[in-house]
Amino acid sequence: MEKIPILKMGPFLLVTIQVDLYDRLALSLEADLVQMVNKTSAKGVLIDISAVSIVDSFMGRIFGNIAAMCKILDAETVVVGMQPAVAITLIELGLPLTGVHTALDVEKGMKLLNLKVEVEADDNDEPDDDDHHAV
Amino acid sequence: MMNRTTMIITLSKDIMHIIKDQDVVPFRNRVKECAVRIKMGLVNQTKLITAASELGRNMLKYANGGETLIEIVTKGRDNGVRLTFKDKGPGISDISLAMKDGYSTGKSLGLGLPGAKRLVNEFEIKSEAGKGTTVVVIKWANG
Repeated sequence: MEKIPILKMGPFLLVTIQVDLYDRLALSLEADLVQMVNKTSAKGVLIDISAVSIVDSFMGRIFGNIAAMCKILDAETVVVGMQPAVAITLIELGLPLTGVHTALDVEKGMKLLNLKVEVEADDNDEPDDDDHHAV
Repeated sequence: MMNRTTMIITLSKDIMHIIKDQDVVPFRNRVKECAVRIKMGLVNQTKLITAASELGRNMLKYANGGETLIEIVTKGRDNGVRLTFKDKGPGISDISLAMKDGYSTGKSLGLGLPGAKRLVNEFEIKSEAGKGTTVVVIKWANG
């Protein structure tokens, strides 16, 4: 069976969906990702869907599920690169993808993840010094 | 509605079966080919293919698959893609309920039928309990 590769990049996991998704493939991505977050203690997941030409209610739900599951495992999820036509279709379909962070491209998505993880780190660690890493 | 449907002429016809998960991918591709052939804009293409995906999934999920008809149709100056989904599943006992947002007998979001209807220009559903369900949708190139 086909599999969508998951790459580890520092504290983050990177997924680029380059193939046409069908339901079982999307489900196995969900399972693999959640397992990888656990195994690598990743702090963030970035999913690039710039090559995905359609997102229907099932795939939309999978993205929502991934974000919710990762959140429980203390990782943030950002979906990046959605095509404008896909965004229009999703809203008309009635799926506003609430709970999923989005960014325009991989670069902005990475920035957003860094920011989120950094904010969390600041919340946990005592504010000892002002050596914040400016992004 | 009746005289509008009689004016529609079919230009090309294609039959595809959806019996397993993966069949949805070539089916979506075939729908896209037809949409491109009649120069449908990208947004309308995306809406049509998304609706096709929803309805194809419904057929798989509730009726273990079925037959689809992909047609390029024309009415005067307007060209469009007409999709027919025919299954021999259990049928839908209450169509108006099934067309409601958020209603699902499965564990999905219940957006499939009402969502697909919003994405196309014409939507017709016929169902008989125990016999099966037929859904016909049309998306006009400029619709």
